[in-house]
Amino acid sequence: MLLIRCPYCEAERPELEFTYAGEAHIARPAEPSKLTDEQWRDYLFIRSNPRGIHFERWRHQHGCARFFNAVRDTVTDKFVMTYKAGLPRPSLSELENARS
Amino acid sequence: MLHQHHPLVGREIAVNTAVPLVIRPAADTARFSLRIDPAELAKASEVFGLQLPAKIGGLSRSAEKRAVCLGPDEWYLTAPLTEQAAVEGAFAELYAEVIHSLVDVGHREVGIEIEGSDSVLALQSAVPFDVGAMPVGSGCRTIFDRAQIILLRETQHRFHIEVWRSFADHVWGILQAAGREIELGI
Ligand SMILES: [Zn+2]
Repeated sequence: MLLIRCPYCEAERPELEFTYAGEAHIARPAEPSKLTDEQWRDYLFIRSNPRGIHFERWRHQHGCARFFNAVRDTVTDKFVMTYKAGLPRPSLSELENARS
Repeated sequence: MLHQHHPLVGREIAVNTAVPLVIRPAADTARFSLRIDPAELAKASEVFGLQLPAKIGGLSRSAEKRAVCLGPDEWYLTAPLTEQAAVEGAFAELYAEVIHSLVDVGHREVGIEIEGSDSVLALQSAVPFDVGAMPVGSGCRTIFDRAQIILLRETQHRFHIEVWRSFADHVWGILQAAGREIELGI
């Protein structure tokens, strides 16, 4: 059983309580009607899909029901850290600290 | 009436081992989902007549009422059916002062009590976290074999499940199987 730390519950909870919700930090364009079709396509569908550190959204659906952000390594499938929705991406040094 | 449709009424799983395990439907109560700004918790506690826990996972109880904090601004409240109107009226008065949402979810859920020293074992068959490590006097929403439940640990050996009535038979069936296995010692 994979345990995920929920930043709102401040506890490690079983993966079954969570749902994945795509890449994090993708802001919806303020005025979609001013975008070209290509820009709108990029916003809707084009994702970074990195090998390694990935910033993503999760929802503690069957717990506190909150969305939050997580940093996960797509190679090892290990969570580096989680943080509340609305906070900026953690810096490299914060990630290093979380890993050690 | 409501009671006639209670899916578990009159049923009980009694496991005859040296250390008893009893699983029974809980008496019906009024149930509310409360959403309110955590900064206004003191006022909500006063209105409900029970101190609402401030931290997620917190559970407070009096002889008749229960409050469990499920999310940053979400509480699940239970009270005797006879007090349903009084609770609703008191919160309606508070609304003029503090905006909040109090929703009657009494018909949505049913309660199941699990009591006995093997209760942790019975629950562990379908709950994905370490039930034994759950602090006494805490509660949380979680998953019970794919059905969402609210699990409360009221004392060392007594748990309480709140589950949507449409899932109640499923949860009951799993508990029945777990109880049978404990009885047979397998
Ligand atoms: Zn949570």
